[in-house]
Amino acid sequence: MKIKLTVTLKNGVLDPQGKAIQQTLNGMGFSNVEEVRQGKYFEVEVNEKNEDKAKSKVEEMCKKLLANLVIEDFKIL
Amino acid sequence: MKSSVIIFPGSNCDRDMDVALKKFGFENQMIWHNDAKIPKCDLIVLPGGFSYGDYLRCGSIAGKSKIIKSVIEFAKKGGLVLGICNGFQILTETGLLPGVLQQNKNIEFICKNVFVKINDKNNKYFKNIDKDILELHIAHNEGNYFCSKDELKMMNDNNLIAVSYCNNNGEINERSNPNGAIKNIAGIFNKEKNILGMMPHPERMIDKYLSGEDGSIFFKNLLNNLK
Repeated sequence: MKIKLTVTLKNGVLDPQGKAIQQTLNGMGFSNVEEVRQGKYFEVEVNEKNEDKAKSKVEEMCKKLLANLVIEDFKIL
Repeated sequence: MKSSVIIFPGSNCDRDMDVALKKFGFENQMIWHNDAKIPKCDLIVLPGGFSYGDYLRCGSIAGKSKIIKSVIEFAKKGGLVLGICNGFQILTETGLLPGVLQQNKNIEFICKNVFVKINDKNNKYFKNIDKDILELHIAHNEGNYFCSKDELKMMNDNNLIAVSYCNNNGEINERSNPNGAIKNIAGIFNKEKNILGMMPHPERMIDKYLSGEDGSIFFKNLLNNLK
């Protein structure tokens, strides 16, 4: 089963890359872009048929490795 | 005194560290990341570099590597663990040190000499050191230290902010902050002060003709404190 998830910076944590992208978009004429936040997207193939079990395993993986909970939040899609 | 430098795939300051430690009298051994055990020693060093290509987050993969269990065990027993640059990032990823090292505020790789102020000398690393400000080298893309307000308060209350970026007069201000680190933090201790993580590289400042000698002061002092 393929579990998809995103890892993004928490609100209030500085995202210099997102800021640079926003400024570039503004410079290109997309003047109504007020903020860009950049994150990561993962697809984890788990050998498990039960969706709840698979998601709970992936949640554990997020907490232990995929996200750094000091500055990042994860969302299993 | 015996020291061990851990080599991860992508470490690139391991040999400089080996040279520095031996120059000042440590009997150093190099330990491969896939080894299960670290031979008896007095100091473990996690060197700078780009362990595992900085994949996922800097230091995150090394923070789960085979050897790291022995490092954590050694540290929890009070053994001295020094993490420089990527080594500092690894220490935060293992949870041995609080906080995280984010991308530099200006999104640039910074490679230059900086001054750092030693904030606390009540520890094995800086006890009896006869200088308050050291000129050291930094070379990093992710040195922007960040932690929660509670962690910052805890570190302030316990004097765990080891070194802070400053100017040559020791003034800690925004202009002397190269990477956006919270409160100009360049290095921190754990509560017991046996673990030190810092972004600047003392091993790059051990030759008076090539660089400077403030790194020499650091290593000589450390060795004396361990004798």
